[in-house]
Amino acid sequence: MINSRGKWSSPIALILLLLLLVALPAYGPSEYTVILITNILMYVVLTVSWAIFSGPTGYISLAPAAFFGVGVYASAILSSDLPLAMVVPIGGAASFILAYLVGSLTLRLRGMYFTMFTFGLVELVRNSVHWWEVNISGTVGRLIISADNTTVFYAMVATFLAALLASYLIKRSRFGLALRSIGESEEAAAHSGVNVNRVKVVMFAVSAFFMGATGATMSMRWTYIDPTLAFNIQFSFMPVLMAIFGGMGHLYAPITGATIVSLLEEFLTTKFPYYYMFLFGLTMLVVILFMPYGLEGTIEKWRKKIKAGLRSSHETT
Amino acid sequence: MVVQFLDIAIGGLLTGGIYALIAVGFGLQYGVARVLNIAHGEFIMLGAYCTWTLFTSAGVTPLVSMLLCAPFFFAIGFVIYRIYYTPLRTSSGSATVFEGNSMLASFGLLFVVQNLALIIWGSPVKGYSYLAFPVQLSGAVFSANRIVTLIASVILGSAFYVFLVSTRTGKAIRAAAQDPDAAKLMGVRINRVLALCFGFGAMMAGLGGLLLSMTSIMLSPVMGMQYTLIAIIVVVLGGLGNIKGSFIGGFILGLVGYIVSSSQPGLSMVAYYVIFLILLLVRPTGLLGK
Repeated sequence: MINSRGKWSSPIALILLLLLLVALPAYGPSEYTVILITNILMYVVLTVSWAIFSGPTGYISLAPAAFFGVGVYASAILSSDLPLAMVVPIGGAASFILAYLVGSLTLRLRGMYFTMFTFGLVELVRNSVHWWEVNISGTVGRLIISADNTTVFYAMVATFLAALLASYLIKRSRFGLALRSIGESEEAAAHSGVNVNRVKVVMFAVSAFFMGATGATMSMRWTYIDPTLAFNIQFSFMPVLMAIFGGMGHLYAPITGATIVSLLEEFLTTKFPYYYMFLFGLTMLVVILFMPYGLEGTIEKWRKKIKAGLRSSHETT
Repeated sequence: MVVQFLDIAIGGLLTGGIYALIAVGFGLQYGVARVLNIAHGEFIMLGAYCTWTLFTSAGVTPLVSMLLCAPFFFAIGFVIYRIYYTPLRTSSGSATVFEGNSMLASFGLLFVVQNLALIIWGSPVKGYSYLAFPVQLSGAVFSANRIVTLIASVILGSAFYVFLVSTRTGKAIRAAAQDPDAAKLMGVRINRVLALCFGFGAMMAGLGGLLLSMTSIMLSPVMGMQYTLIAIIVVVLGGLGNIKGSFIGGFILGLVGYIVSSSQPGLSMVAYYVIFLILLLVRPTGLLGK
């Protein structure tokens, strides 16, 4: 009974959440609310898509900012000629291709070497784009023909839905199983017939697709972009922090993590603009020290404790 | 032609010395203390700012402030490891979990240190001039401060090498680098040794920043990240925990940076990265690795 309820509770919660989101603009909320929720959704998509690959495999990628920024630039270049519905998938596809190339070169690196590499990738792409813009395009920044807030909001909801669906389907598919077995032991996975490299590269690229799509969507909200804004390293470690804070086992965990952390960020930036980074860093240090398995881990621990408590009381009676 | 070649070679060597020093510190923190310290560059930035403050407001020359900065930064690193990373290491359980967690924690540290610097010194760039008179080296002209930084880095690097090879603490550090658990069983006070390494790493970052600030670069609170990246690349070039390798790697990177930035200044970071990529793919254990 409990199991069957548990099985349906999260899809139902998700459908309710989506209905709420879709109906939101109809209630005439303030511009601020729409922008805030778009922002939260951006982080949710980045976190969920980061967790698609890095969650089960344990490969910590610090490259989201690179893929996000590629999406931003794809959109900046194309948005004057193409409709939003085409720009977003193209932004995603550009990131997919970059991730596929980078992934096939570097995903045989293990552990921290992969992390170091992805960390540098952001700087590489940012510096390259900067050089290109200065020397070839003859400008540093670009002006964007931006869409209105509600349109961006709906585009973000659509991206969110797509990322969620992808994450859910991948988790249930052979790919998801293969990813988890890679996380457990790469050699064992290879011996049981998993094409380890192909699975890693494809899934890395799929997760990058949604990061690129997010970037393409968000760039419509800005009127001006330059490489420093688009490839801000913050877009790399915020999703990682959010995934760690929330946990990565269940679908709800990264969503919750991203929502709470981005609300915290919003609160800190508005209340303490000068000490925001300091407080944020401190929070990060505390979270990592005291909740190494995230919210989800803490919840699971309590659940197990309660279960064990119930069982022992049954046994004694 | 010969003069031009010498110019490039010496210019590269002069930059490479500092790169090597900060990479030795980074390698110590990652190789022994097992913290991939993304905040390494922030300590470099801090070292540069401390030197600037001491020089411009108290008139302490950079070479004298070395005597102040070295123990100061060592203490910061040591204390941070003791109060934060030691408990984290215990709560993480396995070594791989600790590696992931400590790397993320160092991001938190990066935020905290960078914001502190922003609060204390503000965002406008700062700089000072010290020993900036020209010196002629085999036909090419360099400013004296850059030559001083090379000499200082080599002396510091060699001193640390001697320390590692010939003292008991050095031996304990080398043992901890190979296998922390086995070292502990052999009677090494492991938490103290790891904290020592983190402290030495912070010290080298601080001194690296000090030397860097002497070469008339502009200081800003966000300058640290690029040096973290340089340290990572040099460590991969030279092999983890290899001081000689770090110096060779530092000089190579210095040379490449010097050559590329003399024609395309915006691309030096890209060039470093291409070297990094090639090396990771061909020899992930470093140039001198087995």
